[in-house]
Amino acid sequence: MKISSKKLWSLSSWTKIHHFIQCRKIVSSRGPSVAIVGSGPAGFYTAQHLLKGHSSLTVDIYEKLPVPFGLVRFGVAPDHPEVKNCINTFTQTAHNERCCFLGNVEVGKDLTVSDLTQAYTAVVLCYGASNDRQLGIPGEMLPNVLSARSFVGWYNGLPENKDLTVNLSCETAVVLGHGNVALDVARILLTPIDILKKTDITEHSLEMLSKSKVKKVLLVGRRGPLQAAFTIKELREMITLPGCRTVIYPEDVQGLDVVVKDLPRPRRRLTELLYTTAVQPPEKHRVAWANATREWILQFLRSPIAIKASTDAQCIESVHFVGDVQEKQIAVATDHTEDVSCGLVLRSIGYTGIPIDDFVPFDTKRGVIQNSGGRVIGCKGLYCSGWISQGPVFVILGAMNDGFATGVRPVSFSDWEKINQAEIQLGKKNDKPREKITSVEEMLHIAAS
Amino acid sequence: MQTEQGSHHVFSASRRHVEKSKREKGHHMYKYAMSAEICGALYSGESELKDPKSDAEVVNITYIDKNGNATPVRGKIGDNVMYLAHRYGIEIEGACEASLACSTCHVYVKDDYLRKLPEPKEEEDDMLDMAPFLRENSRLGCQIILNKDLDGIEVTLPPATRNFYVDGHVPEAH
Repeated sequence: MKISSKKLWSLSSWTKIHHFIQCRKIVSSRGPSVAIVGSGPAGFYTAQHLLKGHSSLTVDIYEKLPVPFGLVRFGVAPDHPEVKNCINTFTQTAHNERCCFLGNVEVGKDLTVSDLTQAYTAVVLCYGASNDRQLGIPGEMLPNVLSARSFVGWYNGLPENKDLTVNLSCETAVVLGHGNVALDVARILLTPIDILKKTDITEHSLEMLSKSKVKKVLLVGRRGPLQAAFTIKELREMITLPGCRTVIYPEDVQGLDVVVKDLPRPRRRLTELLYTTAVQPPEKHRVAWANATREWILQFLRSPIAIKASTDAQCIESVHFVGDVQEKQIAVATDHTEDVSCGLVLRSIGYTGIPIDDFVPFDTKRGVIQNSGGRVIGCKGLYCSGWISQGPVFVILGAMNDGFATGVRPVSFSDWEKINQAEIQLGKKNDKPREKITSVEEMLHIAAS
Repeated sequence: MQTEQGSHHVFSASRRHVEKSKREKGHHMYKYAMSAEICGALYSGESELKDPKSDAEVVNITYIDKNGNATPVRGKIGDNVMYLAHRYGIEIEGACEASLACSTCHVYVKDDYLRKLPEPKEEEDDMLDMAPFLRENSRLGCQIILNKDLDGIEVTLPPATRNFYVDGHVPEAH
C-alpha cells in the first residue's frame, strides 16, 4: 500500500480515517468508538478501562512510532525489567477484538485531532509530550551538555535519539536534578558493564559505556535533602551499586535526625536512609565502598549559573554553581560560589508538555492541555488522560526526523509482534532479553514482511 | 500471557527473597518464603486457578472493594492474595506481576490478621511508600500468601492506586 501523503490529504477526513481503521478486527456500527492518541501507559490503561466498562465499545490506539508502549519501552531503565511487566497486560488489551493498534500514524501531522473528533464518539489524548525544561544559563548549548531525557532515549533505543553525540571520555559527570530520572542516568553511567550487558540496553550505547572513563558522578540539586524528588528504591539502588561509593556529606544532613520523626512515612524513610548513609553507613557498605573504583556524590543547595567551555571551546571544562539556602520551600541564592570540573553535564530538571495541534486549547505556562477533570475545555468529545492531565510530568513527543514518510502505512499490533519477535531473536545472540531496533525504517520493513 | 522473560524474573525474585530471609529474618519469615518458592509456578497465578482439594486446605478470605462491597472467596493454603483476586474478578491490578516493582496491589489488612502476617520486607515497604492512601495496615497483596492461620482474613482495596510507576509522580485519586 503506497499512497503518497498528499493524495491521502485530498480525501475527506472521514475517508481518511476510514482508510486507517480498515485493519480493525471489528468495526462496530452499534457501539461507541474511541480514539486514543498515544500508546504509553496512559493510553493502554485508558483503553483497558474503557473496554472493561462497556461491552460493545471499540478502541483505536494511535501511535506515532511503529512500536507500542511509549515510556515503558523508552523511559523505564533497562536494568528495571520488572517494571516493564505491565507490557503483558497491555498486550492482552491489544489482543482484545475490540481494540486496534495503529502504529506509525502521527496525530497532528498525518491526521489532525479534528479529523479524529469527527470520526469517533470520543477522542482521548494520552500522547504525553516532551519538552525538556532548559536551564537558561550560558554554555547550555555546548557539546556534551545533554538533556537526561535524550540520554535515556539514547540508551533505550528511542529512534530520535539513536544518533545522539555522547562523549564518555571524561572522568567526571554532573547530573543536574534530584529526581528518579537523574538517579537513572547516574546509575547507568556507573553500573558495571557486566550487569548492563544482560539487559535490553541498546548495543550502540553498551559499546560506548564499556569504554567509558566516567568514574565520578555528581548529582546536584537546588533544594535540600527534605525536598529530594527521587524515591527510596532508586536511592537504595545507588547506595548498593557494585563497585561504586556513595558520598553524602554529613553537614548536608545535619539536624535531620531531629525532624525526621514528624515526617510522613515515605519522606521519613527516605530521610532516614539519607541520614544514616551520610552519618553512620552500615559496615557492609563501608567495606564495599573502601574498594570501589567509582563514586557518586549527592549535593544539595546549589544552582548552576554557567557552564564553561575549555579554551578551545571543544568541550566543557566546568560548571559554575552558586550556593543556595532553603527558605520555606524555595531555594534562594547566597554569595557562595564554586566551580566543578567535569566533561559531561546531564540536565534533569523537569519536563513540560507541548501542544499537539492548534485545535486543542493548551496552557503553555503549565505545559498541559486545558482540561477540567480530563475533559478538554470547549471541545465536546475530546478528553485527555494520564499524567498529562495532572501536570507537566514525564511525557513523549518530539520532532521525529523521519526520512520515510512518503506514504502512511499504519502498523498493526500483529505487525508489532513481528518486530517484537525480531528483537527477541536479535537479543539471543548476546544473551539479552532483546536487542531493540532503533531505526524506524527497519521497524517498518519488518512490519511489512 | 507470561513471557519467558517475565517468569524468569519472577522466579529469580522469589529465590532472592528466600536467600535473604534465611540470613536476615526469623524462622517464621523463612517458612513463608519457602512456601513462595515451592509454589514457584504460583507467582504466575496458575496455582490460584485450582480449587482447594479438601477442606483442610481451605483458607477463607473476604475482599472488600472501594465501595464497601464484600466478596467472600474460598482460597487455599499457598494462594497469593493478588492472583487469587484476579481469578475472582476483583479489581486488584498487579502491574509488575508480583516482582515488587509497583504498588498497584495495595490492600488494607484487617488488624487481627495484620499481626499474623510476616513483617514486610524492605522492598515491600519501599513500594508501599509509593502507594497513595497509605495506612498503618497497608500491605501489598502480592506478598500475602495464605496459610491456615489466616483463615477468615479480610482485605480492603484502597480508594485508588498508582497505576504506573516511572518517575516518582503520584497521581491524585480519579
